[in-house]
Amino acid sequence: MARGAGALSRGAGLAGAALVLAMLALPLAAILRAAGGGVRPGPADLSALWFTLEQASLSAVLSVALAVPVARALARRRFAGRRLFITLTGAPFLLPVAVAVMGLLAVFGARGWLNAAAGTLGLGPWRIYGLHGVVLAHVFFNLPLAVRILLQGWQAIPAERFRLAATLGLPPGQVFRLLEGPMLRQAVPGALAAIFAICLGSFSVALILGGGPAATTLELAIYQAFLFDSDLGRAAVLALMQAGLVAGAAVLSLWLTRMDGSGSGLDRASQRRDAPGGWRRGADALWLVLAGLFVVLPLVALVLKGLPGLADLPARTWPAVGNSLVVSLGCAALTVTLAGALSAPMARWAEGVGLMPLALSSLVLGTGIFLILNPVMPPARAALPVTLLVNVLMALPFCLRVLAPAWARAEADHGRLADQLGLRGLSRLRWLILPRIRGPLGFAAGIAAALSMGDLGVITLFGTEDRETLPLLMYRLMGAYRTEAAWGAALVLLGLSFGIFWVFDRMGGRDA
Amino acid sequence: MPEQDGLHLKQVELMQGDFRLSADFALGAGARVAVLGPSGAGKSTLLGAIAGFLDPVAGQILWDGARIDRLAPGARPVAMLFQDGNLFPHLNLMRNLALGISPRGRVDAAGRARIERALERVGLEGMAQRRPAELSGGQQSRAALARVLVQARPLMLLDEPFAALGPALRAEMLALVAELQAETGATLLMVSHDPKDAERIADQIVLVDEGRAAPPAPTAALLADPPPGLRRYLGDG
Amino acid sequence: MKHLALATGCLLATQAVAETPVLNVYTYESFTSEWGPGPQIEAGFEAQCGCDVVFTGVGDGAALLSRVRLEGARSEADVVVGLDTALMARARATGLFAPTEASAEYDLPIPWEDPDFVPFDWGYFAFVGEAGAEHPTSFEALAASDLSIVIQDPRSSTPGLGLLMWVKAAYGDRASEIWEGLADNILTVTPGWSEAYGLFLDGEADLVLSYTTSPAYHIIAEGDDSKVALPFEEGHYMQVEIAGRLAASDQPELAEQFLQYLLGAEAQGVLPETNWMYPVVLPEGGLAEGFQQIVTPDKALLLEAGEADALREEALAEWRAALAR
Repeated sequence: MARGAGALSRGAGLAGAALVLAMLALPLAAILRAAGGGVRPGPADLSALWFTLEQASLSAVLSVALAVPVARALARRRFAGRRLFITLTGAPFLLPVAVAVMGLLAVFGARGWLNAAAGTLGLGPWRIYGLHGVVLAHVFFNLPLAVRILLQGWQAIPAERFRLAATLGLPPGQVFRLLEGPMLRQAVPGALAAIFAICLGSFSVALILGGGPAATTLELAIYQAFLFDSDLGRAAVLALMQAGLVAGAAVLSLWLTRMDGSGSGLDRASQRRDAPGGWRRGADALWLVLAGLFVVLPLVALVLKGLPGLADLPARTWPAVGNSLVVSLGCAALTVTLAGALSAPMARWAEGVGLMPLALSSLVLGTGIFLILNPVMPPARAALPVTLLVNVLMALPFCLRVLAPAWARAEADHGRLADQLGLRGLSRLRWLILPRIRGPLGFAAGIAAALSMGDLGVITLFGTEDRETLPLLMYRLMGAYRTEAAWGAALVLLGLSFGIFWVFDRMGGRDA
Repeated sequence: MPEQDGLHLKQVELMQGDFRLSADFALGAGARVAVLGPSGAGKSTLLGAIAGFLDPVAGQILWDGARIDRLAPGARPVAMLFQDGNLFPHLNLMRNLALGISPRGRVDAAGRARIERALERVGLEGMAQRRPAELSGGQQSRAALARVLVQARPLMLLDEPFAALGPALRAEMLALVAELQAETGATLLMVSHDPKDAERIADQIVLVDEGRAAPPAPTAALLADPPPGLRRYLGDG
Repeated sequence: MKHLALATGCLLATQAVAETPVLNVYTYESFTSEWGPGPQIEAGFEAQCGCDVVFTGVGDGAALLSRVRLEGARSEADVVVGLDTALMARARATGLFAPTEASAEYDLPIPWEDPDFVPFDWGYFAFVGEAGAEHPTSFEALAASDLSIVIQDPRSSTPGLGLLMWVKAAYGDRASEIWEGLADNILTVTPGWSEAYGLFLDGEADLVLSYTTSPAYHIIAEGDDSKVALPFEEGHYMQVEIAGRLAASDQPELAEQFLQYLLGAEAQGVLPETNWMYPVVLPEGGLAEGFQQIVTPDKALLLEAGEADALREEALAEWRAALAR
C-alpha cells in the first residue's frame, strides 16, 4: 500500500520495540548468566504459582463482575459531578500500593470504620486478612480500571441504537440481550485478562493482607530468592515462570480486545433519554454510591490520618519531593515518547512488545541492571537513573494502552486527508497526530508521572548515598518508629501523585 | 492509444476483498468527467486508486505519460475531496490551507496571500482564523475547495463532497467547482449519484457498473440514449 | 544553565573530596536515616580520621548481605555495618570479609569470639503489646490465648527469621507443634518490621514481634509508657548486629579504625537512642532512664551461627507447613 504508517513510523516502532526488548532481555540474561543457569522450582514455588493464579483469577472475575452494574449506571445516567466521580474513582490505580493498603485497613481493618459500625450493630468483627483480603484490595485497585474499560464499551454502542430501542419500547431485558450483552461479550474477556495480568505481579498486597505463607505469590518468592537466599538461579526461573504467565495473559488480552483507554473519551456519550426509570434508577444510584464509597473512603481515611503528621515532617521532605518530582516528570516524558514510538506503526507486534514489561517485576529488572552496571560503575551512583528507567518500563504498558488506540483513531479519521496532502514524518506528527491525541497524551503522561511518583522501586535495592525519594523517606520514617510523620509523608505523596496526574490530564485538555 | 497528456488507466485491475473492478481508458487534460453508477459499484474505489489509497493488482496509472501508481498519495498530481473529513478539525483555515501548499505547514507571506486570495475566491474572506467547527456546512465545503485551489494540482478528484448539502447549496457548490475548473484548467473527475449534476458540469461520463469502469462517453449522448446498465440505474427503463 | 552549574558543582565537589581518603560504609536503610545512628557516627569518626565517610543504605540486613554478594570483590564498600548473627555464617561463606583485630570488653549476655566480625549492638526479640493487660508469658500460653499477633516473614526480614530461630532454640523438635498452635493467633505476616509495627500501632493486632527495647523508644522519644514487651519463660532469642570489613577494600587501615571506633564509647553512646538496641559496651553512666524501665529477659537464647544456618531450611519448612493451612 502506498499509504499508511510510513517508513519513519515503522522505524520509530522498531527502534522502540528493540529498546524495550533489550531493556527486558539484557537484565534477565545477566541474572541467568550470574546464576550459571536455572534451577528446578520446588514444591513451595509451585504452591506460590497456584496461589498467584487463584488470587489473580478471583480478583479479575470479581472486579469485572462488580464493574458491570457500575459502568452501566455511569453510561446511562447523567448527574452533577459525574466527571468528578469518574476521576476520583480512578484514584486507587495511581496510589502507591503500601499507602493504599493502609487506607484500606483504616476502613476494613480490625479497628477500621466498617468494624466499628458493625460493632455498634452487634455484628463482626470482620477480618480482612486472608485470600479474601487480598482479593478485596485487588478489587479496590482494579475496579476503576474495569469500570473504565466497560464504560468505553457502553459508549461505543451508537446512541442511535439506544434511541431505536427506546422508540420500539424494548424492555431493559431486551435492551441488554440485543445491545449490551453482545458488547459485554466483547469487552469482558479483555478486561479480565488485563486485570489478571496486573494481579499476577502482586507483592505487597498479598504479603500484608495475605495472612501468612499460604498467601505467597510468585513475586514474593522471587523477592525471597533474590534477597534472602541470594539464589539467582531460582529467582531467574521463577521470574521466567511469571513472565510466561503475564505474557500469556497480555497476549490474550490484546487478542481479545482493542479498547480505547483515553480519558477524554470518557465523557463523550450524548444525553441518554432512554434510560429506564423506576426502581432501576434507584438501583443505579445505589451501585454508584457503593462503588464511590468503596473507593473514596480509604482515601478520606488517608487524608485524615496524614493531616496531624504534616507538622512532624522533617526538613529533608522537600529535597525528597524535588527528587521524586524529577523522577516522575522524567518518567512521564520518556514513557510517553516510548509509547508514541510504539504506537506509530499501528501494528499489533509493537503493542505486544509494549505490554511485555508487565511480565517482569521491577525487582528482576533492577537486579539484572545491577549486575550489568556493577563491573562498570558503583550501582548506587546510578540509583535515580535506574529507578527512572525501571519506572518507564513499568508505566509503559498502561500508557501504550491509552495512546495506541488514540493514535490509530487519529489516523483512521484523518489519515487519508494527511496522505492526500503529503504529510509525512514529523510534519504528520505535528499537524495531525499530536493535536488529535492531546487528551490521551496528557492522560498517559499523568498516569506515568503518578505511577512513578509513588513507586519505591529499585531504589532500595541499589541503595542511596544521600538522594532519597518521597516513598523512600516514607519507608525510612516508618522504619524509625515515626509512624505519624510517615502518615504525613504518605499524604504529601498522595497529594503529589494526584496533583501531577491532574495537571497533565488538564494539559491534555478535555476537548482536543 | 498512444502515450498522451492527461490521465491514462492502462488495463487497471482493482481488488478489495471479493470486489473486483477493471478500468482501461484515458482522459484528456482539462476534461470534466462525472463518474456515475449504482451504489456499491466501485466509484469511490476507482477514485481511491487514482489518488493512491488502493494499489491496483494489475495495470498502470499514468499522468502525462508517466506512471504515478507507485507514488504516495501526496506525491501524485492529485487534489482530492472526500465525502467528509476534508479539513483537520483542530486547525484553523489558514493552517489547513497552508498544509495544502507545504506539508510542513510553513508558508511565507506570499503563501499567506495566496491562501487569503483562495478564501476570498470561494467567498470566505476574513475567515482564515476560524476552525471548521465554526463554519456552516456550506462554508466548510467552500473552505475545502479553497484548499484544493491552493494545492494547485492538475487532477481534481471529487468523491461526493457535497452529498450532505441541500439541493440548492449543492448546485451552488457545483457551479463553483465548474468555475474553478475553468479557471485552473484542471482535469476534473467527480463521483455523482445524480445525472442532473453530471449534466450540469460534466462533458463526459464514466459509467461504473458490473465490475467495469467504462471509457468516458459524451454526457449528452449518453443520457439521451442510455445503455442498459445506466438505464437500470436511472430507473426509467 | 542552572543544571550545568549544578553538575559542575558536583564534579568540583567530588574532586575536592578525592583529596582526602574516602571510607565507604554499606549499611541498612534505617541506620543511615536522619534518626538513625549514621549521621552522628559519621561526624564522630570524620572528626578523628581525616577522611570522608560515605554511608550507603540498602534495604535491611538481608538485602545488605545480598547486595555485598552481588557486588563481590568489585564492591566499593570498605565496611559493612548491620548484618546479624542469623546472617553471619552466610556472610562468612562469601569469603569477601577480612579478619579484624578490633575488639572491646563486651557487655553481652554471651561470650563473643569471632575472627571476622565485631558486634556493635544487640537486642532481644519480644512480643510488644499494650501495657495494663494480662499478657501470656510463654509461646504455649500465647497459642492458647485468642490474642492476635503480627509477625514478619522469615523469608524477607531479619526479625521474622529471628522468631523462627527463637522457637527452634526454645522448643527444638516441638517447634512444629508450637507453630501449629500459633497459627490461629497470627493475623498476618508482613514483609518487614516497619509494616508489622505500623499495623500494631494502628490497633490492627494485640501484639507484634519486635524487640524488648521497642518500649524504650516510646518512653524516651514520646513520653509514652503504654507499650510493653512481654517476658517469656522460655527465654528470649538474641539478635546481635555485626560489622565487618571487606577483604577487597582499598582502605584496610581506615576500615579497621572504623570498626574500632564503632566499639568505642562515643559510638556506643549514640546507638541506644538512635538504633533502639542495647550497646555492646555499656556507657559509664549506664543507659538512659527509659531503658531501665523495660523488661530484661532472664534467659538469653542464641544458636551458634553455623547451627542456625544449618537449621534454617528445616525451620522454614516447618513454619510454612504449619501456617499454610
